[in-house]
Amino acid sequence: MTQDPRPAISFHNLTLGYDRHPAVHHITGDVARGELLALVGPNGAGKSTLLKGIVGQIKPLSGSLSLDGLKLREIAYLPQQIDIDRSFPITVFDAVAMGLWHEIGTWRGVDRGRTVAVQDALRTLGLQDLAGRSVGALSGGQFQRVLFARLLLQDAAIILLDEPFRAVDTKTVDDLLRLISRWHQEGRTVIAALHDLDQVRAHFPRTLLLAREVVAWGPTKQVLTPKNLAKSRQLTEAWDEHAEICERGERVSA
Amino acid sequence: MIHALIDPFVEFAFMRRALVGCFALSLGAPPVGVFLMLRRLSLMGDAMGHAILPGAAIGFLVAGLSVPAMSLGGFIAGIAVVLLAGFVTRSTVLREDASLAAFYLVSLALGVLIVSVKGSSIDLLHVLFGAVLALDDSALILIAAIATLTLATLAVIYRPLVLECFDPSFLRSVSPMSSPTHFLFLVLVVLNLVGGFQALGTLMVVGIMLLPAITARFWAQDISNMIVVAVASAFAASFIGLLLSYYANLPTGPAIILTIGAFYLVSMLIGMQGGLLWRLLPRKHLEA
Repeated sequence: MTQDPRPAISFHNLTLGYDRHPAVHHITGDVARGELLALVGPNGAGKSTLLKGIVGQIKPLSGSLSLDGLKLREIAYLPQQIDIDRSFPITVFDAVAMGLWHEIGTWRGVDRGRTVAVQDALRTLGLQDLAGRSVGALSGGQFQRVLFARLLLQDAAIILLDEPFRAVDTKTVDDLLRLISRWHQEGRTVIAALHDLDQVRAHFPRTLLLAREVVAWGPTKQVLTPKNLAKSRQLTEAWDEHAEICERGERVSA
Repeated sequence: MIHALIDPFVEFAFMRRALVGCFALSLGAPPVGVFLMLRRLSLMGDAMGHAILPGAAIGFLVAGLSVPAMSLGGFIAGIAVVLLAGFVTRSTVLREDASLAAFYLVSLALGVLIVSVKGSSIDLLHVLFGAVLALDDSALILIAAIATLTLATLAVIYRPLVLECFDPSFLRSVSPMSSPTHFLFLVLVVLNLVGGFQALGTLMVVGIMLLPAITARFWAQDISNMIVVAVASAFAASFIGLLLSYYANLPTGPAIILTIGAFYLVSMLIGMQGGLLWRLLPRKHLEA
């Protein structure tokens, strides 16, 4: 793994939100290249919002973020709310092969080499026997494996996962975690929003604890302290209809 | 027997023209219908059918029963509704179905108003219900051209269109093709409705787009087979419907659409892919 000193993502006093109400505000800091970062915080802390901000689905209310030369297409993003039509008549193979979009685009075919790549991805996720099945026939865990196989083929420099282990059994979680650490070893930057703190402690070297602002950011052991966690619960209050205008200026979060 | 099937077409030119027109319509519209159905936009086809009415009516006012004028008017009205509804959806709180409903209802009222102020009620009936037995050359050429353009465009945007149906947010994350694909597809919907309304009218043309597609859902498991089944059933229904209307002296448009409707009912009952009967049959479950 070559150490590129430039950060993969930098936040500059970034505020993201909806309709002038910030979901998460005044974030400043860097995510290093090749970092394996857990995004932790209560519901409503702004984890999903931050990931959506990184992929450009929502625009900053103020501040900015830079991807340091990385193009959006080099980011693979697994959203929490997937609006996938599971009754759609498409096979597992075809659904996974769409991960090759950057290579095949609109017109190029899936040739033999690419077929092998898709089959490899299916095998990595244990889906090889299901290739010809329709996605509607899969269980929740199998479908999550399909999404991960597609991510694998996307071959992205930055991988963003928004609660990737919801409603998935432990065996599948273990397999998916193994894949995530493989991505980490390959030098990819992985950011995952998670709830299971034991999982984070065991597998994620660094953690960003959010509660509508940065509570703590650093090595997991120093971030996930009882004191920080209590603080994050306190800070996450709901959206205030009559909130004042935020006058906080440049505030560097630790 | 063979004679009974072929003679009406051999004997009468208007039957031949109607058959050719319906076959051309059956090539383009059902594949579009398959994607409308898979995107859960089935009812949008209906809305768009209403939306093209004022454009066609204005064309009728300007140039009388002229195919190019009415088609161009219908096309402009359809695209205008699509664009306006899309704009409102993106910029306000309204969802796509609500903004589309608002515009097509206004459009429909406007169309009826224009036709009844200037034309007779017979003209209105003609626009609303079509005249498949009175297709002239320009109408046939228009329908054939639209079918060709439709199939070519679908071939070009096939992959992004499939992905736009299956997982739109993924398509947006990997490609800027999402919005252009969506728009091109809506253009195809409008085009096929415009092409068909000479024959079947602005209301029933939606039938030859959607009913074959919905029928095909019960027989095919993947999209390409679905398209084949949809086109084939539209062909069969056109042929049977025309003969029905000839021998039983029934209005032609409804005869064709009702024939596809019958296909749908039968498919819904016995279709191999999730038909009613297969679910009711007490069959033992498999090992795995």
